Amino acid sequence: MLDIAADPNELSFMLSRIQFALNISFHILFPTINIALCWMLLFFKVRFNQTQDETWQRIYRFWVRIFALTFAIGVVTGIAMSFQFGTNWPGYMETVGNVAGPLLGYEVLTAFFLEASFLSIMLFGSERVSARVHTIATLLVAIGTTMSAFWIIALDSWMQTPQGYEMIDGVAYVTSWTEVIFNPSMPYRVTHMLLASGLTAAFFVAGISAYRIYQGDNKSSAKVALKFAMAVAAITIPIQIFVGDLHGLNTLKHQPAKIAAMEGAWQTEKGLPLLLFAIPDEKARENHVEIAIPNLASLILTHDINGEVKGLNEFIGEHPPVAPVFFSFRIMIAVGLLMLLASWLGCYFFIYKKQFPTWLLKSTIVMTFSGWVATIAGWYVTEIGRQPYLVSGLLRTRDAVTDTPPENIMITLTIYAIVYAFVLFAYISTLFVMAHRAINLEQKELTLSDMQNEKLLEDPNNASTGSAL
Amino acid sequence: MIMPENDWLPAVFLGLMALSFLVYAILDGYDLGVGVLLPLDTNEHNYQTQRDTMIYSIGPFWDANETWLVMAIGLLLIAFPSAHSIILQTLYLPTSLMLVGLILRGISFDFRTKAPSKNKTKWDFTFKAGSLLATLSQGYMLGRYVTGFEDTLFGYSFSMLASICVTAGYCFIGAAWLVMRTEGELQIKAAAWAKKCNLLMAIGIFAVCVTNLTFNQAIMDKWLTFPQILIMVPITVLFACLFGTVHLYLTKVPMKNDVGCWYPFFCATLIFILCFIGLAYSFYPYIVWQKITIWEAASARNSLMFIFVGAVIVLPTIIAYTIFSYRVFWGKTTKLNY
Repeated sequence: MLDIAADPNELSFMLSRIQFALNISFHILFPTINIALCWMLLFFKVRFNQTQDETWQRIYRFWVRIFALTFAIGVVTGIAMSFQFGTNWPGYMETVGNVAGPLLGYEVLTAFFLEASFLSIMLFGSERVSARVHTIATLLVAIGTTMSAFWIIALDSWMQTPQGYEMIDGVAYVTSWTEVIFNPSMPYRVTHMLLASGLTAAFFVAGISAYRIYQGDNKSSAKVALKFAMAVAAITIPIQIFVGDLHGLNTLKHQPAKIAAMEGAWQTEKGLPLLLFAIPDEKARENHVEIAIPNLASLILTHDINGEVKGLNEFIGEHPPVAPVFFSFRIMIAVGLLMLLASWLGCYFFIYKKQFPTWLLKSTIVMTFSGWVATIAGWYVTEIGRQPYLVSGLLRTRDAVTDTPPENIMITLTIYAIVYAFVLFAYISTLFVMAHRAINLEQKELTLSDMQNEKLLEDPNNASTGSAL
Repeated sequence: MIMPENDWLPAVFLGLMALSFLVYAILDGYDLGVGVLLPLDTNEHNYQTQRDTMIYSIGPFWDANETWLVMAIGLLLIAFPSAHSIILQTLYLPTSLMLVGLILRGISFDFRTKAPSKNKTKWDFTFKAGSLLATLSQGYMLGRYVTGFEDTLFGYSFSMLASICVTAGYCFIGAAWLVMRTEGELQIKAAAWAKKCNLLMAIGIFAVCVTNLTFNQAIMDKWLTFPQILIMVPITVLFACLFGTVHLYLTKVPMKNDVGCWYPFFCATLIFILCFIGLAYSFYPYIVWQKITIWEAASARNSLMFIFVGAVIVLPTIIAYTIFSYRVFWGKTTKLNY
């Protein structure tokens, strides 16, 4: 740490990395929920149009408000993100601006305006436009959020597995846009992320619905939403595990150093064991306290029990920090397996047996934000796994950083950290306040739309079940 | 690889970017202004209703309005990456403050109606504070940019002045928006705000013009030589007309049948456009004043072309559905229901 403190550039570098990680980690929480939640809202909406069953209308009304709140936080933190490139990583745009610029541009043109303009019709327009236009607006917002994910992940994937460019005087020039956009890791990463969003939203909806039932909400809307979300999760998780495996194989092909870090493999080995747990030690270049299953990693990665997997020692100076990648990967897998268990149990009890046992409701509540944990862990694997490069083999992260004085970055980092902590606290507590309002709301009063003004609905003394707040 | 000066693409992108900044200043300008103007006296019962109406009036639009900032900064980044990194690094702190302001403001929009109602006033306060932080930072950034990031007492004082003037300008267009979109007591109040801000903005614009023309040789040469100097006369007359008539109109609000309630907003828009064109003319072809021209900063032609094709197809669509959205929510403001 001493050498960092002595060198202001090194300190700026560290602080910029922390600030970027903080910003992007915080930002991703909200789109991750909303990309899939919007499609779910469209489903609720269409179901209501078809059946005229007010339950679907209720579910839509409850979740669209949460969607709006989540969306607003996603938008403003996203704006903060878009400025980071210029403020903290000028070398990035100066080197690969010819690639990154247009991709970001297309995201703004085809996604941001679409979402932002139709969102207001989706949220506030139901009394001003026909049901049909309202449904179309919901569809367009859903398309917008998904397009946005597509473009940004296409860019991120290009940074992982760049192609379709040539370097002239240290600046990247595009030779083929098709190759840039459809780079080798893009299809896997986009699919993996969209499924991750599906899982995050499913557990989010399930968790808050379970909370409502647990707190004594007997309305059909909470139960239907819970069953729906559980079904989505139960179907999505096996697909996600399958796609995740394909993504891993793709990474092995293009970024073997990242896989070596994920597996904690120092030596190149035939018949690599799967480490359930270990403590990687980068100084000694070995692991401590290994718990391993022999040959399994080779089997998964090469589909051969004695297949050869390259170790980290082949990439000295060119591989990512091992421990964060290694642990993030295990956290992601663990949460994924928990999701599998929780969703299948949920389907069995809630849907098949039509029972709502308290222990399972509680477990579902615990899983509310499990998607966040898995998503962040997954992104850490892939983004830290790309280090020390910002763009694989092309631009080192170190070379892209700003020369802004570290004091300035310290100031902004502190402000961001405080603001984000405050926003996260407000967000989560507001979710539960909204759940309590829904619990106390009469089933048939669909006209009651600005629920906040109904003080009695959130007053713990009036509400029989509001004691938790 | 510096582009030849006869290449039209960088100029087109400069135009697109300038247009985005202008649209941003007008559109997000009015909703930032409304935010700054929120009356905060918690003892006055009436004020809660007024705050609600004010926020309902901008509720359906703010998000799309703010997207123009992302678009403008995006175009700067896409078309002129080296200028983008110089400008944003130099303006590191004010940029971050602006972002924090925009974050606080954006989230308050939603939290104020969803968080427990006892906290509503606090969120309104956050909304106002966030808006003010954003407008002050934007004004300051504009001032720094216009002075070519000059590290002198003059540079900083000018930026402070710009900070206040831009805020006044946003408040003016915000108040004009309210005159157009509201009625009754709030409309009269908005007219009074607009009158004050109108005066402040007029002083501001005058000060900026005089400073630029007297302290800056290059800009002086651009304006105060023949034949350009001839255009100064009609511009001055036009400005005087706009400021004068809008002032007169505002003293007469509310008019019978609300005749011409759009007039102050129309004038505000026109004033914004004129000021913007004036600045753009003064600085062209520099993207960083007297340091980098647009051709020196431009991206590769292939990249610009790729995004240009997309923009030509998509921009008209964006404009079409923006107009559609405004038509859906047109008329005097009513409560926003989910």
